[in-house]
Amino acid sequence: MTSASLNGKVKVAILGSGNIGSDLMFKILREPGHMELTLLSGIEPQSEGLARAQSLGINASYEGIQPILDDPDIRIVFDATSAHAHIHHAKLLRESGRIAIDLTPAARGPYVIPPVNLGAHIDEPNVNLTTCGGQATVPLVYAVSRVTPLPYAEIVSTIASLSAGPGTRQNIDEFTFTTARGLEAIGGAQHGKAIIILNPADPPILMRNTIYALLESEDVDREAIVKSVEEMVSAVRAYVPGYRLKNEPVFEVRDTPEGRRTLVVMLLEVTGAGDFLPSYAGNLDIMTASARQVGEMFANHILSQEVVS
Amino acid sequence: MKAPRLTDTTLRDGSHAMKHQFTRQQVRDVAQALDKAGVPVLEVTHGDGLAGSSIQYGFSRTNELDLIEEARDAVTKAKIAALLLPGIGTRKELKEAISRGIQVVRIATQCTEADISQQHFGMAKEMGLEAVGFLMMSHMRLPEFLAEQALLMESYGADCVYVVDSAGALLPDGAATRVRALKGVLKVQVGFHAHNNLGLGVGNTLAAVEAGADQVDGTLRGLGAGAGNTATELIAATLDKLGFEHEWDVFALLDAAEFVVAPFMPFQPIPDRDSIAIGYAGVYSTFLLHAKRLGQQYNVDPLEILVELGRRKTVAGQEDWILDVTLELAKQKGSGE
Repeated sequence: MTSASLNGKVKVAILGSGNIGSDLMFKILREPGHMELTLLSGIEPQSEGLARAQSLGINASYEGIQPILDDPDIRIVFDATSAHAHIHHAKLLRESGRIAIDLTPAARGPYVIPPVNLGAHIDEPNVNLTTCGGQATVPLVYAVSRVTPLPYAEIVSTIASLSAGPGTRQNIDEFTFTTARGLEAIGGAQHGKAIIILNPADPPILMRNTIYALLESEDVDREAIVKSVEEMVSAVRAYVPGYRLKNEPVFEVRDTPEGRRTLVVMLLEVTGAGDFLPSYAGNLDIMTASARQVGEMFANHILSQEVVS
Repeated sequence: MKAPRLTDTTLRDGSHAMKHQFTRQQVRDVAQALDKAGVPVLEVTHGDGLAGSSIQYGFSRTNELDLIEEARDAVTKAKIAALLLPGIGTRKELKEAISRGIQVVRIATQCTEADISQQHFGMAKEMGLEAVGFLMMSHMRLPEFLAEQALLMESYGADCVYVVDSAGALLPDGAATRVRALKGVLKVQVGFHAHNNLGLGVGNTLAAVEAGADQVDGTLRGLGAGAGNTATELIAATLDKLGFEHEWDVFALLDAAEFVVAPFMPFQPIPDRDSIAIGYAGVYSTFLLHAKRLGQQYNVDPLEILVELGRRKTVAGQEDWILDVTLELAKQKGSGE
């Protein structure tokens, strides 16, 4: 293995020169941490994203994955292309020993939510960022399930129509499946359900998520749940500054098919940082902010290993 | 002239007024009565469509797939339909509903978001179903815009596209111009679904029929969200008086409404204060009971909640914002305890 870098930084590249790739580029440039962004690579010579990268002094290429394969110093690759393209990229990146951080729905590696389960997957060659709804809601579901058994969690993600691209629109069922799976496998709910709603209001709405956690009994330690949730909100806000609860968690007692249960309702708003994408697109911001955070944690891990060896 | 095809959705839109507590027996009785009265299509699903049973919209007392099967077993001629809202229900539930006996699926999106329905129309057509598109909250956009969205659904395989007045906010002219705009561009049929929040359920439906609607909806006794729907028995009787050729039995429908549905209804939906506010403010009719419950819980006037939800341009399915708005209004009033 080549050394990470002379200046204590790990070289990274972004695949995909669309809106997501561009926003991620701005985020890494603004807050590089232990990463050095060396390349933005797309497949459209006329891409505005590539022109933007060049004007910022970042190498830009329209030859897709090839320049990444040609540069062994690039250790981490963010893939912001498409599920279809990533399936191809994942194989090539794995064979050439690079870490892939996948923002597409391809899911060739485990789903990661930085403050919940990234530690368990830090040696994986490929990780996937699940969905925007998952990045937003799974941390809060986990915050409840680490305090008390959680038979059922349900989330509703409402996003501005303008921030939902054709990929999301043509595959809306996959959002539902993937997010619900994340609530269970990572969030710790025995059963998860996800709903997505597109709102066309003008001016566009901020990304909103409602998290319903249906607890096992009526008798629960509400204070412990609130404290755990507040800690988790702070943990996410450390890398997604626009992440906030509109109210303290609301507790209700509801009749359900399984009897009377305590319901915790959390009303979450995500304002984008406005790095490149508009600030209402909190759903896209939380994906790129999480990707940057995952990249930073991988970069740290690589550097720490090299110091040890 | 031939009457429009009548779809009765007592067992789907009526689910809202029933807080999703339909029993197998009720479904069997209603389905049987409608079938005997000659109604050709009956919709049976949770009020918010397949997989609508949830904290967000209310849990079903009986699994909707079992209710679909119950209805299918109760009828001899009528087709059973199910509603599907992409984003809530998925192809997984659609497939299950098909295996339990639906022959028609009605695929509903907010009227600006038709392009999230392509995969569902695809599966419906692949599996030999009749597929109907539902453009919800149609009052929020102009006729020409709706026509473009309807064309998208047609291109995905829709056999009919409905103008759906989910908020009961349209006036007769608004209903007619929208139906006419769709008729002007579509090769497939056009439908109209009304809510009675402004007391215009029958009036708007007649205006839609005059504008060329090929299919219309009703529910017995108007059992449905908000002030309810166009009453099936009423629209059946008025279309008969207008001289349309049809195959339904008006008196059998009157009996079904009076003797089958009325006895189990928790209340008679009417355009009362809060329902009129829904039509006036243009919000989703199903918000009614949620706003009433939360208004009472937090000591906020449901009318204020509904008007604020209209101001925020909420769309179909956004029940979670009712709590959000209620909490804000309660804080403003300083009455949050």
